[in-house]
Amino acid sequence: MQEAMINKAKQLLADGTVSRVIGWKRGEFAYDITPAVFETAEELEREFVFDDFTSANVSKYLVKESQKEGKVLAFLKPCDTYSLNQLTKEHRVDRDNIYVVGIPGGPKLDIEKIKAKGITGITGVKNDNYTLRIETIYGEETMPFYEAVLDKCASCKSKKHVTYDELIGEDGDVLESNRFDMVEKLENMTSQERYDFWRGELSKCIRCNACRNVCPACTCENCVFDNPNSGIDNKAPADSFEENMFHIIRAFHVAGRCTDCGECSRVCPQHIPLHLLNRKFIKDINALYGEYQAGADTTSRAPLTNYTADDCEASVVHERGVE
Amino acid sequence: MNANDTLIPHIGIVTDIRIDTPDVKTFRVEAPEGGKVFEHMPGQCAMLSIPGVGEAMFSITSSPTNKEFMEFSIKKCGCLTNWLHAMDVGQMITIRGPYGNAFPVETELKGKDLLFIAGGIGLAPLRSVINYVRDKRENYGSIQVIYGSRSKDDLVDYKEILDEWMTDDGVEVDLTIDNAQEGWDGHVGFVPNYVKELDPSTNKTVLVCGPPIMIKFTLAGLKELGFTETQVYTTMELRMKCGVGKCGRCNIGNKYVCKDGPVFRFDQLGELPDEY
Amino acid sequence: MLRISADKIYQLLEAASAAQTVYIPADREDGEAEFRKYETGMQLTNRLNTLRSAKDFFFPQTENLVEFRMDGKNIEINDIRRECEDFVIFGVRACDARSFTILDKVYLVDPVDSFYKSRRDHGTVVTMACSRPAETCFCQTFGIDPTAPEGDCSVWNDGSYYYFQPNTEKGQKFVDSVSSLLEDGDTAGLDKSVERTKEVMKKLPLANLSAENFGGDKLNEYFNSDKWAELSESCLGCGTCTFVCPTCQCYDIKDFNTGHGIKRYRCWDSCMYSDFTKMAHGNPRLTQLERFRQRFMHKLVYFPANNNGEFGCVGCGRCLSKCPISMNIVKVMKALEVK
Repeated sequence: MQEAMINKAKQLLADGTVSRVIGWKRGEFAYDITPAVFETAEELEREFVFDDFTSANVSKYLVKESQKEGKVLAFLKPCDTYSLNQLTKEHRVDRDNIYVVGIPGGPKLDIEKIKAKGITGITGVKNDNYTLRIETIYGEETMPFYEAVLDKCASCKSKKHVTYDELIGEDGDVLESNRFDMVEKLENMTSQERYDFWRGELSKCIRCNACRNVCPACTCENCVFDNPNSGIDNKAPADSFEENMFHIIRAFHVAGRCTDCGECSRVCPQHIPLHLLNRKFIKDINALYGEYQAGADTTSRAPLTNYTADDCEASVVHERGVE
Repeated sequence: MNANDTLIPHIGIVTDIRIDTPDVKTFRVEAPEGGKVFEHMPGQCAMLSIPGVGEAMFSITSSPTNKEFMEFSIKKCGCLTNWLHAMDVGQMITIRGPYGNAFPVETELKGKDLLFIAGGIGLAPLRSVINYVRDKRENYGSIQVIYGSRSKDDLVDYKEILDEWMTDDGVEVDLTIDNAQEGWDGHVGFVPNYVKELDPSTNKTVLVCGPPIMIKFTLAGLKELGFTETQVYTTMELRMKCGVGKCGRCNIGNKYVCKDGPVFRFDQLGELPDEY
Repeated sequence: MLRISADKIYQLLEAASAAQTVYIPADREDGEAEFRKYETGMQLTNRLNTLRSAKDFFFPQTENLVEFRMDGKNIEINDIRRECEDFVIFGVRACDARSFTILDKVYLVDPVDSFYKSRRDHGTVVTMACSRPAETCFCQTFGIDPTAPEGDCSVWNDGSYYYFQPNTEKGQKFVDSVSSLLEDGDTAGLDKSVERTKEVMKKLPLANLSAENFGGDKLNEYFNSDKWAELSESCLGCGTCTFVCPTCQCYDIKDFNTGHGIKRYRCWDSCMYSDFTKMAHGNPRLTQLERFRQRFMHKLVYFPANNNGEFGCVGCGRCLSKCPISMNIVKVMKALEVK
């Protein structure tokens, strides 16, 4: 696949369709891959990589890249295309300035899950028929492929590309995913249990803002949390307000726009399952306003910004809140 | 834990407020028991704060030779300065310092002919030096002040300039405003051009402060007149939090403006990366 | 050397924690390790290092500096500083131990930061030599020997015994508090284990990374390098690297209205943040390029320029593991180096 992608990129650069390519660049080890922009065939040959660790969603970079001179080629996995569509819908990207080549999705691997097994000194990771053979300076280790899959891939919602200019490989379908299982589990907890769960998770937050900065739905020019005039700008919890509310406010802000790409949880250095907050909103929107998938298209009205006579009444909060 | 920590401020009382221009006020600050909260040298700064509103670094505009109080000329441009402008005499503020180096009034500037060039609120840090050298007249050569602002109304310390500086022997003051206006029969034009017109002697040591663009063109003009960078001093301003080179944000290269500055000679500044 | 059989290490921690609070690196539920207050039954982690660095003990993410009571035009200043109680951090790695000497060069130079100093004076750093370094380790680059960690007391574990060597008065006091459990013994097993680790160190992927071409003498050359644009291109501008870094020490000071008064506190800040240098009338670092450059220039050029060549990095590898886009100081050094 990597070879086919490099060839496609070289061809589109050579025939002038695009002037830049956004993809992934290989790192020092087997897994430390960085999103990067390539401008020449030589750079692509030397550094372009597509493998089990190229999980980063490059859609958000297109906000800036699509404003530049010349078309940019973006290799997008199915989940990434939902993000791009949503950005297109919000007029945050210039879709005409992007050439999308749809590529197969995951499941991608989570190096943290490999390291959590106590495996260290990792110099190589190979997928041998769904057994991972992990080369380390202490000898080879193995583990089942599926135990190292990223959470966001383990509950994949779709293998379908919702926007593309061309595809490499076959397109897939929207999947029946298990993505709301954990949300249901949380819903079935008592409010005290649920509170304890979220206090435990959110109190780990170090306010690095990685979740916000990676989020394709967070494209405000000046975030309220960075704006001294907002009254809630902050860098660390002055009291328990911050660590609780930062994530909850953010989840509210992206509600109805979050495509569930899972990047927030992937990048969290503290392993807070932030995507669960967003999924709760998605699940509720589905239940209260009818099935809706943000980013599935670029034209439909979003349920939270569109009034219909069938909208649920405000009393739903009270009705559902009763235990 | 008895030792003082510089991050814990002192109380200062605002005992006088002078309206200098539509957006500049000069605040007199004294210790609750009277007198100055601390001593300083010309060019040094202090952190002023209204708790709950903010804390920021301001140049001490009064001369150390003033034994009774300190003064700060502050332009209204943000949250804290708006609050300061709204307060009345008798208000307490918090104050800590002094921070930074000073103009080398007791070393390199001693015995020299001095040329002060200021634009707008840029006069504030230089006023401390000007009054210091006026009070210790015997230690310095001639004094020339070239000062300009947008309009006559925007000249800071105008009354002091007219009543005290201009009446001093051996002090020459050349004022200019950007655009002609009624009631002004003085020079009209930008400071850098006025400096070139006045063609000051190149044996003078220059202290310049003002908006970055004015400093840039003034320095270029001085070089055209034959001045070298080693003759020209300025004072810098960047975002600061601690005042003592620890919070990490006011650096230009490896120099912290709060600790290694704010006063730099242009040849020293020239060695640092271009990031200010 | 003084030693204790490995199966008795928890007896030792028990005894030490009777004398003062002891923190040990322990496993979290998510597989990471963090320093936790030792309580009976707690296990030492098998992870090489903690997710968050040990700097938190001396430079916490947030701390109160002073309180104010506002009453009309009057302000009352309340100095809330209290002398910190004695504590022990057990199991600090050599990289983190070195980071304290770097933080000292900022916080203990005049004017001394009394908040930091109080914790430094009362904290005893008990280090633990490494025996299973990770691929992300490059402490050797900065002259750190993970088999001979600094600290108030150095500890080694060869699988059979833990060995103790006090280096300072505080370290001696720690050893004295557990001396009834320690016995004098030979170091044959330890010597072999150290030898083994040294062999592993040579095989690490970053074993040959050198910092010798960095430092203060090429300040402008590095600052003006054309590599910064590409290196910073995909930086998200988050603070992950800064906050997991054991040597990052920048802070912000903020006021918080508690409803009963004003609490002035300081918290970690990051030069990667867009508002770090933002003023009412402008910002000298307008794009991520300038902010990204600042972080690495500080560690590789500015800090050594001001501190006799000592670098502001200890090679712990946390940023290598945690950066969301896997950009880090190693990649920067390799791309930037001017020979």
